[in-house]
Amino acid sequence: MDDELTWRSGFKDVLPTVFGYIGIGLAFGIIAKTSRFSVLAAVLMSLIVYGGSAQFVMVSMLAVHSPLGAVVLSSALINARMGLMSMTVAPLLQRESLFQNITAGSLLTDETFALTMNKLNHAGRTLHSSWLHAANLAAYLVWALATLVGAMAGQLIPDPDVLGLDFAVVAMFIGLLYLQVITDRTHPLVKQVGIAVFVAVLMVILMRFMAGNLAILAATVLGCLFGMAVSRHD
Amino acid sequence: MTEYVLAAIILSGLATWLIRVVPFILVKRFTLPAWLVEFLSFVPVAILTAIYVESLLTYRPGQWPGVNIANLLASLPTFLAAVISKNLLVIVIVGIASMAVIRLLGWA
Repeated sequence: MDDELTWRSGFKDVLPTVFGYIGIGLAFGIIAKTSRFSVLAAVLMSLIVYGGSAQFVMVSMLAVHSPLGAVVLSSALINARMGLMSMTVAPLLQRESLFQNITAGSLLTDETFALTMNKLNHAGRTLHSSWLHAANLAAYLVWALATLVGAMAGQLIPDPDVLGLDFAVVAMFIGLLYLQVITDRTHPLVKQVGIAVFVAVLMVILMRFMAGNLAILAATVLGCLFGMAVSRHD
Repeated sequence: MTEYVLAAIILSGLATWLIRVVPFILVKRFTLPAWLVEFLSFVPVAILTAIYVESLLTYRPGQWPGVNIANLLASLPTFLAAVISKNLLVIVIVGIASMAVIRLLGWA
């Protein structure tokens, strides 16, 4: 990763995350199809909802005809952490037009957010919408295309899990977390590691009481508060 | 596609879009207070850790979470690749290969 914030650089930087979108997108397409959703419904879900775990939960809830309100509320809760990510990225684009802000925010994902945080460490903590648009757009198109292929080919293509493709997204988060911790200069290394350990322990405890997606949101908020508390004692 | 499915997609999409976009609109209009800026500075490390640890656990209602052995095992070579290469593409490819090998050997 370099310090360039151009479209070209955005497409180049997003490449490693594409495997994750392909693996999970294929899996989503296949599962939607086997749950008796049409190809159109699967692709529309990827284009309109555009949130990995929320889409899987939607498919399972819609398949058993859960009430509409419950489906929408679940998707909103699963995606609630996006609000935290958007709020973290937004100040970096504050000087750009409202249109650039809205379009950049519309396609922000866990992956492009994490990539953006890593990019900041290389680009002097600045951001430009061109770079983010390129990364976002590539991710969005690959996600929709993988869904389409998964839903059309269905059982014809080998299960992406067997190929290890489902782990691509986890591997990417390992990489982005490690690179974030070793290159981010805004907080000392030891504090970042401390917060990571705190959040990890918290996740185990919280998942005793709530599903993973809610635990992610709660652990992130508590982890940030922990970071602030530690900073008070510096 | 039934109206029920279409309505669920459109409404869930709208809710998600608002969650994504409203912070950008608010931040464009108002400057964030210092405490919130400090709070948000911890979001990257906290949220990436939380997302990763979630993938290592399986939620079992009313019980302690289980451990996803396959993901835990595949994490070791992947983490090693991160330390050695510091290159995201290498890390992802090593991760995919590790998982494929673990499944091939029937370890998980």
